[in-house]
Amino acid sequence: MPLSLDEHLGVHAAALKLRARRTELLAANLANADTPGYRARDIDFKSALAAANGAASGVHLATTQRGHLGATGVTGVNGTGSPQLKYRVPLAPSLDGNTVDAQLEQAAFARNTVNYQATLSFLGAKFRGLMTAITGQ
Amino acid sequence: MSSFNIFDIAGSGMSAQSVRLNTTASNLANADSVGGDPARVYKAKHPLFEAIRSGLGSNAASTGVAVRGIVESQAAPAARYEPGNPLADADGYVYAPAVNTVEEMVDMISASRSYQNNVEVMNTAKDMMLATLRLGQ
Repeated sequence: MPLSLDEHLGVHAAALKLRARRTELLAANLANADTPGYRARDIDFKSALAAANGAASGVHLATTQRGHLGATGVTGVNGTGSPQLKYRVPLAPSLDGNTVDAQLEQAAFARNTVNYQATLSFLGAKFRGLMTAITGQ
Repeated sequence: MSSFNIFDIAGSGMSAQSVRLNTTASNLANADSVGGDPARVYKAKHPLFEAIRSGLGSNAASTGVAVRGIVESQAAPAARYEPGNPLADADGYVYAPAVNTVEEMVDMISASRSYQNNVEVMNTAKDMMLATLRLGQ
């Protein structure tokens, strides 16, 4: 029985990458909390994950020979592509044009961290399952 | 893994905030540096923050902070009539820099909170990465 590791890991591998990407974005928002004119950005996790899973949308390379590899990494988070970034709608606009709400960003960061760890433990369970199957113990 | 960007981002935030703390310290330390020549008296310094994008387009990979320069306040120094002061000019005036100590204290607290935020981000990112390295064990 052929086993695709990607298939076995399911949605969690893509989710982990997206969570890591989101951590980076939220870190950038927090780092720029005092930068005039900076606009806070984030990704819509749900739609980004859907885009990462359904790689059908987006740019594709034509494969004219049997040996050609498809460009699955162009969109989504599977390769070099990155999810669509969106701008946060500020609750209270500030005079210098900065839209970072430090409390909101911190809450999002904490939540994202917990979600990341949850995804990690899901992945860990998948690997443990594989190890059990391989070693039989 | 792109998570290494988080260290750059949070690090740039920390360094920018420490520049801000430095200028604040300098302003507070020189709040009473009076002089007899209004043109040569100390001027309050403030850093200019700017977001730096690495990568292309609106989906740029990471956004750190850079200090674009340090501007000197153009506010006129306050003249005090102190004929007994050895630094006084011919009319008996000394000039005190236009440093608003309340404003500087607020700036200091804001900078230190932002610095702490960035440290927290870095610690959390480090924990996340270490947990990722332990994946499958």
